[in-house]
Amino acid sequence: MDTSPPLVNVSKSDLFFTFLVMGLTSFGGVMPLAHRLLIDKKRWLSSQEFAEALSIGQILPGPNIVNLSVMVGARFQGAIGSVLAFSGLMLAPLTIILLLAMFYSKYGQLSEIQHAFHGTAAASAGLVIAMGLKLLIKLKRVWSLLGITLCAFIGSGILALPLLTVIAVLAPISIGLAWINKKKEFLS
Amino acid sequence: MNSTSPLMMLGLYFLSLSLMAIGGANVVIPDMHRQFIDIWHWMSSKEFVSLVALSQAAPGPNVLIVSLLGWKVAGIKGALVATAGMCIPSSLLTFFFSKCWNRFQQNLWREVVQTGLVYVTVGLILASSYVLTRSADHSWIAYGVTGITVLLMLTTRIHPLWLLAVAGVLGYVGLI
Repeated sequence: MDTSPPLVNVSKSDLFFTFLVMGLTSFGGVMPLAHRLLIDKKRWLSSQEFAEALSIGQILPGPNIVNLSVMVGARFQGAIGSVLAFSGLMLAPLTIILLLAMFYSKYGQLSEIQHAFHGTAAASAGLVIAMGLKLLIKLKRVWSLLGITLCAFIGSGILALPLLTVIAVLAPISIGLAWINKKKEFLS
Repeated sequence: MNSTSPLMMLGLYFLSLSLMAIGGANVVIPDMHRQFIDIWHWMSSKEFVSLVALSQAAPGPNVLIVSLLGWKVAGIKGALVATAGMCIPSSLLTFFFSKCWNRFQQNLWREVVQTGLVYVTVGLILASSYVLTRSADHSWIAYGVTGITVLLMLTTRIHPLWLLAVAGVLGYVGLI
């Protein structure tokens, strides 16, 4: 993200409460809400800055929205800002999910509840398939790189190899192929 | 605390997983499935997908699945240890990276690394969806619900919570 001085002043409590609201009101994906809140409503970031932050999120490990909270917090209030934005983001959802978990452990053994969960699980698998397909459709049709995508799918999904193995083997090859592809683009 | 206590195992596991989660919590599902079910035998595959479904139905980032798995193994402490383990290493990396971001902004290498990683990430997310489908769907109706969910998510702007709710009701009345 841009490290030039920010255009707006954002206080520590502002950071905490904005991310608290974001965590609380985001069902099924925080990103669209983050976009609306940080750019349109609060005007803390420009669209360009938001896109940049997301693209860092694709390189760095960790949940994208968590990384976004760390970066936005750091931009306005340094390390303390990061901690506050992160805590704000996680506090309410973590509390809610633990309450739900307690409910689940109390009533989860009832067969109706178990059945309801099996139903939800079928839909939730569909949500992840759809997310994967949406991303797949957006990829450029570079066949060598799509081969990497296929290998990652087989290695992690079908063969159930450790993630470390899959990433350690495929990431360097994939970056190498991306480099070759970039050079080809330059030459043509 | 001895080295085999569940809390310690959770903490160490998620600390190491954190730096591998390129693309977020969705890429680590197969590894967690393997670790919690095949290696540690801490839960069944069905319990695992139920917790994934619960984490998707609740508000907040999808990294909450990590909190739920920790909770299942070691209660509230387990949830906190797992969540902290999963978030702290990657957050530190992000914090330091964001400080020197300007240097990489127009960098050709950054673009190449990003392109290379995206193709891996997409394969890993599809791998997650494969593991979840295999664990969640044991009947044709369940496969049908998964398929319809995919179709609706790709072709409409329906909110995912509706799909989870309807599927939950179908399950509750015994259809799935």
